[in-house]
Amino acid sequence: MDFLTLIQLLDSTVRLATPLLLACLAGLFSERAGIFDIGLEGKMLAAAFFSAAIAALTGSVWLGLLAGIAASMAFSLLHGLASITFRGNQLISGVAINFLAAGLTVLIAQDWFSQGGRTPSLMGGGRFEPLILPFAESIGTIPFLGPIYQELISGHSILVYIAFAMVPLTWWVLFRTRFGLRLRAVGENPGAVDTAGVSVVGLRYAAVMICGVLCGIAGAYLSTALQAGFVKDMSAGRGFIALAALIFAKWRPWHALYATLLFGLFGALETRPDVIQAIFGIKVQGALLGALPYVMTVIILAGFVGKAIPPRAGGEPYVKER
Amino acid sequence: MSAENTSGRQETAAPGSAPAIELKGISKAFGPVQANKDISIRVMPGTIHGIIGENGAGKSTLMSILYGFYKADKGEIFISGRKTEIPDSQAAIAAGIGMVFQHFKLVENFTVLENIILGAEDGGLLKPSLSKARKTLLELEHEYGLNVDPDAVIEDLGVGMQQRVEILKALYRQADILILDEPTGVLTPAEADQLFRILDRLREEGKTIILITHKLREIMEATDTVSVMRRGEMTATVKTAETSPAELAELMVGRKVLLRVDKAPATPGKVILDIKGLRVVDDAGVERVKGIDLQVRAGEIVGIAGVAGNGQSELLEVLGGYADATGDIQVNGQQLDLSGKLSDGRSRRARGIAHVPEDRQREGLIMDFSAWENTAFGYHRDPAYQSGILLNNKAIKGDTEAKMQRFDVRPPNPALAAKNFSGGNQQKIVLAREIERNPDLLLIGQPTRGVDIGAIEFIHQQIVALRDKGKAILLVSVELEEILALADRVAVMFDGHIMGERQSAETDEKELGLLMAGVGS
Repeated sequence: MDFLTLIQLLDSTVRLATPLLLACLAGLFSERAGIFDIGLEGKMLAAAFFSAAIAALTGSVWLGLLAGIAASMAFSLLHGLASITFRGNQLISGVAINFLAAGLTVLIAQDWFSQGGRTPSLMGGGRFEPLILPFAESIGTIPFLGPIYQELISGHSILVYIAFAMVPLTWWVLFRTRFGLRLRAVGENPGAVDTAGVSVVGLRYAAVMICGVLCGIAGAYLSTALQAGFVKDMSAGRGFIALAALIFAKWRPWHALYATLLFGLFGALETRPDVIQAIFGIKVQGALLGALPYVMTVIILAGFVGKAIPPRAGGEPYVKER
Repeated sequence: MSAENTSGRQETAAPGSAPAIELKGISKAFGPVQANKDISIRVMPGTIHGIIGENGAGKSTLMSILYGFYKADKGEIFISGRKTEIPDSQAAIAAGIGMVFQHFKLVENFTVLENIILGAEDGGLLKPSLSKARKTLLELEHEYGLNVDPDAVIEDLGVGMQQRVEILKALYRQADILILDEPTGVLTPAEADQLFRILDRLREEGKTIILITHKLREIMEATDTVSVMRRGEMTATVKTAETSPAELAELMVGRKVLLRVDKAPATPGKVILDIKGLRVVDDAGVERVKGIDLQVRAGEIVGIAGVAGNGQSELLEVLGGYADATGDIQVNGQQLDLSGKLSDGRSRRARGIAHVPEDRQREGLIMDFSAWENTAFGYHRDPAYQSGILLNNKAIKGDTEAKMQRFDVRPPNPALAAKNFSGGNQQKIVLAREIERNPDLLLIGQPTRGVDIGAIEFIHQQIVALRDKGKAILLVSVELEEILALADRVAVMFDGHIMGERQSAETDEKELGLLMAGVGS
């Protein structure tokens, strides 16, 4: 494998890791606050559709992004209502959101565009174009470092840079701010937060809504940056892989980055079986690589690689007790 | 939230004039249940006021109203003479009320400092809050002698320390009134004494303390005045110095109560249970029981004393057949299978062992199942309960009803779900199931946890009656008073070892307390 192939592979790793990373951080906010969210997948899908649809209708990708975020937040609100206000089962609510999004997106797409559940292909201002960072052309000629800058670091859509910037931001919010302290506390022992005079419901809604925003960006990225338009079920299990990454990362922001990059690499390799063959000399089925994130998560959960302890109050509706 | 206009803290209250807390005519109903009926109390500043009553008497409801968890249906609250609305915990904190709950409200994987500032931060960023809290904490520690490492993580601290953190949390929020709900439930006698010294110190500094407990001894030792609650009503408020435990017990229960268990000296017979070199390793690989030897004879009650978590539970689990162990246990001269196929509850019952588990709501009963279903558990293979391949529900119900009558379970309705009985009556259902099987060895853990005084008396009588029939009884309890009252012989467990054995007639709480704290025999 030559240097350029490696750069290409890593470049596609970054592209594929981006939606995972955003969804993983979304799940991190929600689950750190004690609300399990299995509906990341559905929210991404809904956001992917509405971003593409609005971008196609208005020609503005930014309006599309906003519509995607709004759609995802609407589902977050639904999840919040079910699991916070009405103290329902968080898993069931999440599953319902996934089904709802899968059906609703295709239905509306067919009704609006009559293209078999797709949106029209996005062009021009309807898509996020790659950002060429300053001096990419001139630095690109420098051997070794040049291609890394030009091919790997430069030339992604703005959403990729936002996603990577979210990692330190999430860490800072969680561990350096009052909001973060309370958010982590409410996921561990909501009783402590409640008796300290802070609203458990308010904090959990805030976390769930942040989750909605990030899932919205992840979904918009799928249909307006990674691809040019919405197709049926285009989230393709990424929400679940993001959940797997979250467990893999043990609910920590930096580790979420590493986990999603690793899973992104698996995804990149899936499309380049020739690379694996070049390195290991064997032919590996792409589907096998696709399953790797799940396999690794099972291994983690079985306790082979340290212990993954979820937030202690996770999944439990908070009921005030005497 | 309207903290500004409800915060009733008076900076310039004349000392000793107005009561620190005054409740007037507080009433609260949950559906048809009147939890608090027209309750009024006055607590003067700088005093310790006890509230005593049985489980379900309404103590916790009253304090929850004071801390803003519930809203009273009727009645008024005055803090330092000023009428105060307390719609939520934030208002209670603003009014200078701090509460130390029975189950601590701490975030286990946070540090002491983080727990203390939670909800009382000074701004959006943590750093300034933390460094300010560190300084204030030092001052508080100095002022009240409450030493604790601010950077320790809560889960690494003992319960006594965690309770300190709870008190510091309240003081950090500048509480003038401190409510402690059953604070000694999880403490060793020594830790409890330490807590009372801290409370004394707080009182000297002018704090007002409300101590909720069901332990008469604590009321007598620590409080200045005491209110007694029974069935949602305040039956009396007296000066502690002018009352006696017997009088308080009578006020609580509404009739005369025997505080001592009436029993003849034991006449131990042959050895029923013989444990040699028992070791138990838990799922996490930690050795919980580290080689103990113990004998229980027919016609005697052996009590295992110790702070919760020192191996007593594991001992019961092994004997009950649901944990594996190594070592040697003989019952009636026959070896028990400790880790093989016959190490289960069914085999144990077949060997004449009955078990009243420590946690009746998790291990003793299925809370959503009816009393008769619960009565059949473990004994559902009894031919009397069979009808062909089906269960003879009618027979089980009839049997359950008879048992309920004999054990005075109220209401004696076999069809009622276990969760609808009070703690005492739940325990009686379990006891009736196990004792009426006429076992050779009865294992009984925390027989009266969460059980009211009236029922405690009854349960103790049943245990003594079984002993007098010549049965062996192994009693595990964290209540030292109960062990001393009930057991003929006491073994104290600490860190998986038996620290010593004493005849209960020849020992006292102080000696056992030292053993419980691991101070050598």
